[in-house]
Amino acid sequence: MSQTNKPGGAHDRSAAAYWRANVRLMVGCLIVWAIVSFGFAIFLRPLVAEISVGGTDVGFWFAQQGSILVFIALIFFYAWRMGSLDRKYDVDEK
Amino acid sequence: MDQYYLNLLFVGATFALYIGIAIWARAGSTDDFYAANRGVHPITNGMATAADWMSAASFISMAGIIAFNGYDASAYLMGWTGGYVLLALLLAPYLRKFGSFTVPQFIGERFYSKSARLIGVLCLIIASVTYVIGQMTGVGVAFSRFLEVSNTAGLLIGAAVVFFYAVLGGMKGVTYTQVAQYVVLILAYTIPAIFISLQLTGNVIPPLGLFSDFQQSGQPILATLNSVLGDLGFASYTGQQDTNLNLFLFTLTLMIGTAGLPHVIIRFFTVPKVSDARYSAGWALVFIALLYLTAPAVGAMARLNIIDTVYPNGVGEQSLAYDDRPQWIKNWETTNLIVFDDKNGDGRIQIYNDKNPDFAPRAQELGWNGNELEVNNDILVLANPEIANLPGWVIALVAAGGLAAALSTAAGLLLAIAGSVSHDLVKGALAPNISEKGELLTARIAMAIAIAVATYLGLNPPGFAAQTVALAFGIAAASIFPTLMMGIFSKSINNYGAVAGMLVGLVTTLVYIFLHKGWMFIPDTNSFTDTDPLFLSVKSTSFGAIGALFNFAAAIIVSKMTGRPPQRIQEMVEALRVPRGASAASAH
Repeated sequence: MSQTNKPGGAHDRSAAAYWRANVRLMVGCLIVWAIVSFGFAIFLRPLVAEISVGGTDVGFWFAQQGSILVFIALIFFYAWRMGSLDRKYDVDEK
Repeated sequence: MDQYYLNLLFVGATFALYIGIAIWARAGSTDDFYAANRGVHPITNGMATAADWMSAASFISMAGIIAFNGYDASAYLMGWTGGYVLLALLLAPYLRKFGSFTVPQFIGERFYSKSARLIGVLCLIIASVTYVIGQMTGVGVAFSRFLEVSNTAGLLIGAAVVFFYAVLGGMKGVTYTQVAQYVVLILAYTIPAIFISLQLTGNVIPPLGLFSDFQQSGQPILATLNSVLGDLGFASYTGQQDTNLNLFLFTLTLMIGTAGLPHVIIRFFTVPKVSDARYSAGWALVFIALLYLTAPAVGAMARLNIIDTVYPNGVGEQSLAYDDRPQWIKNWETTNLIVFDDKNGDGRIQIYNDKNPDFAPRAQELGWNGNELEVNNDILVLANPEIANLPGWVIALVAAGGLAAALSTAAGLLLAIAGSVSHDLVKGALAPNISEKGELLTARIAMAIAIAVATYLGLNPPGFAAQTVALAFGIAAASIFPTLMMGIFSKSINNYGAVAGMLVGLVTTLVYIFLHKGWMFIPDTNSFTDTDPLFLSVKSTSFGAIGALFNFAAAIIVSKMTGRPPQRIQEMVEALRVPRGASAASAH
């Protein structure tokens, strides 16, 4: 908290910097969220149709199984990374 | 032991358990009643959320929908799970930090507007009431099938049990009964699935079995299924019939609708900390996934099982004689959920796609005169133990599981409705000076009335009862989700913007649904149908995502024209973005 760097700099510990870091992480996770569900399972399915899984294509696997597994991983990843951000920016709950 | 008494024993024992939990977890304050005193462990809350979320539809109908629609039904699987990513990333932690008791309360305070709060209540009540009717009828169906009582008596018994633990315990009682109900329903769902997967594929884990080889043919399950379905004129199981656009919008509508449903959101008000709310959404999805990863396996295997039963010597060979049909078909014929009609009078059962003109010459060649076995979507899960020849106690467990799924969701919905009536309408608008004791009593009375109304509507389902997916998810997606998101992620959306956005989202979505399903769902008042919709290939159930877009646009434009919110509101938004202080921020 004692560092007095420019807003947006690497050592900026303001609430605004915390929020920017959070939004960056969130957007990254949502891109993965969209790629596995709307991407591999729907729009990009023909592009990955060559990859086969258990008697069908990988797009079908993402649609009925893979996307759900990725969703779980995403939430825990986000919760874990946010925990470190909370501590780094000293806004965690005591 | 006779099957009837086994069913009675299992259902009776689980009901006694729920009532015991209710007596132990009584609510002593409004904080207990609305938010379980914010002391629920994130894993416990995850389990309760899973039971809250997985309804009679998830338990009873979803596998059947997947079985008969194949790949296209993936929208339900992705939609009803992907919403939890949005909850964890966009809503739950911030709403927990804010510390309100209800969803409309947050809307009212963030947008400093009583009108916004009341529109929130209206959306909540339409979505939740539509949703709860399906649960009540589900209770009636499960009772009448397994316990040989009338639909009405079954529904009244179920309502009495919910009345007991929801009125007494509020959120606290509902939370801990939901945990017990989760355990019952997940055992009931997965045990028969494991045996079916073992029989068909030799794999003990159903989600892996779905992508394994069918022991009988040595070919993968899905490849076998595609091939036999093709031989009977049906569409490919893994193939896509729907358009990309509709599939995308339907999945997105279910996702943002899930994240916007008040009865799910309020579950995250019960955990102690903001970081708990994030993890709790993850745990909820883990517990939900145990069922949602099993359902597609159950669907595909049950479909293959039925075809295999009807064509024991292979498709194209002589089909099963009606007199040789297995016991489970006989059992379910008595409920009219399986109906046989010997259209060509040969005494044998034929299943094929009689709506496919390309297959008609082949059917004629075989002497077939129409599909002869109608199998209702809903029986696949309920009949699973009988199809797999499992012992009687598994059937009894499935009966208890179906009831647990319906009751846990009903209780969560009723809690959201009652909380909103007592906290948003009575305390928020009609009697702001009501004492804490008075409010607790009001909440209990509101709960009792909500149960009475839901029971009445369950016994006399109105036309909109069958439209849960269109109405509840459409409204949550178009009206509630965008408003909550803007309340957190934008400091510039003001009271006028929020009200305009919610109304525009609500009205456009309702109008689009009414244009396709009939005005107020009155038959023959529709101008379009879902097979030939108004806008491109967008069905009425997929419109919520577009309604949400209108909501965002209206809120942004109106806010731009009417000025920024006051300084204290902008500070409120800054405070809710920071986790520290959540335990203190519950003094509302």
